[in-house]
Amino acid sequence: MKFPYSFPLTQAFCTYLGQAALLAWETFTSILAGRIRWRLVIDQINEIGFGSQAVVIITGVFTGAVFTAQIFFQFSALNMSTAVGPVVSIALCRELGPVLTGLMVAGRVGAAMSAEIGTMKVTEQIDALRALAVNPIDYLVVPRTMAMLISMPLLVGECIFFALIASYYVATQILNINSVFFLHHMWSYTHGKDMVMALTKGFVFAIIVVIVGCHQGLTTKNGAVGVGRSTTEAVVISSLTILMFNFFLTMALNIVFPAGVRY
Amino acid sequence: MSAPTSNLIEVRDLRQTIGAQEILRGINIDIPRGETLVLLGQSGGGKSVFLRHLIGLMRPLSGSIKIEGEEIAHLDERQLEPVRRKIGMLFQDGALFDSMTVYENVAFPLRERGERNEKIIRNKVAHALELVSLQGQEKKMPVNLSGGMRKRASLARAIISEPSCILYDEPTAGLDPIVSDTINRLIRRLQSQLRVTSIVVTHDMISTDRIADRVALLREGRIHFNGTLNQLHSSSDPVITDFIQGRSHEID
Repeated sequence: MKFPYSFPLTQAFCTYLGQAALLAWETFTSILAGRIRWRLVIDQINEIGFGSQAVVIITGVFTGAVFTAQIFFQFSALNMSTAVGPVVSIALCRELGPVLTGLMVAGRVGAAMSAEIGTMKVTEQIDALRALAVNPIDYLVVPRTMAMLISMPLLVGECIFFALIASYYVATQILNINSVFFLHHMWSYTHGKDMVMALTKGFVFAIIVVIVGCHQGLTTKNGAVGVGRSTTEAVVISSLTILMFNFFLTMALNIVFPAGVRY
Repeated sequence: MSAPTSNLIEVRDLRQTIGAQEILRGINIDIPRGETLVLLGQSGGGKSVFLRHLIGLMRPLSGSIKIEGEEIAHLDERQLEPVRRKIGMLFQDGALFDSMTVYENVAFPLRERGERNEKIIRNKVAHALELVSLQGQEKKMPVNLSGGMRKRASLARAIISEPSCILYDEPTAGLDPIVSDTINRLIRRLQSQLRVTSIVVTHDMISTDRIADRVALLREGRIHFNGTLNQLHSSSDPVITDFIQGRSHEID
């Protein structure tokens, strides 16, 4: 890209950040003011949380399995097979569980939010809501945000749980690691703080997916083409934001919950 | 709040631009209570943009819009809600919520205004659907309705909370002459039965002749003509006669 064109890009980036921050602010003031339609929240939990389980479980199972196998191949050469358990479980809790769940939910839920709200925007349904004296943020964004904040930490926990079961199965049944040693080491090196870290990340990623998805939907223009573009951008932007935030969250949370310390 | 006047809506020097194009260049118009005003103008001339300002869907660049004496031009979304409760709007393509049935669409404004008694909701929905001749279509999804039915269902949704004013954005656009006539009769019937003020944006002259008490012609972002239907037809202004007779000089 030519240098002179970077200025409009910077401007577009700042505008985007401003709009997203404003949407997040309006959403949270709405939630704090109690403008929550609980029936819609439950519908959305069903759609977002319940409906995402299969994707998240399959992701967890195969990531846990393959990660266990790879760690075993490396560690067994060093006669450290029983260390596979704690490495896998800590990596899953602190990084892989929340990030992979975040990415899968961004793909499934972020895209759906953006497409649904975007279609409503281009067919004047958002304007119809406003004309009927219903605030679109209260009606569309708040229930989705509440549902994500409730569902996402649970999905992260579920992903990690099934990944660990898959890891245990692969380690003990296929790779012949002693199950007592595997479980003992996994248990003694994995702490509650690792799980807190996973859930905290899940919480933050929920906010990223819902704000990016809803913002893309609410700013959709140009009919069907615009809806397609918004949907793609929602997935790309939320996935990249999750990956970037994950690094900073890891660094920040590691100060609060330092890794590798036994007590 | 200022003293009530006979005008429901008063617009002064309303200006709006979209991109670099100046769409509204100083609109001045008063709309009396209980009348049906038809706003004529060429496609893309800013009629719908003007209509959207009256319910706060667009905020003017400058100028004043008063609804029942209350200035709405600078109100934010939440402050506009009480104003919007007084006004119903029929969108060009109906804008029905496509995740809901016809019944749920029509009941939506009642539920959102806190009505919880299902019996009252059912009766009001049945009455609104009867007014627009859509009885028996309650369970259909909007995607299964024809264009005319969608507009009528949308009209039922707009009138169910008994607004004092209804805005119609191209109510007969894209409909066959028979369905258009049904919609025109409906607009008249709603005006006579509910005594609402109606503002109809259209470029359909047949429709105008059927429903208008007053007619305004929007041209180049300003109100070029504002008068009764008779004054419109007896005008010798070439702009008006060309519009009525559908004459274009562009390729001559």
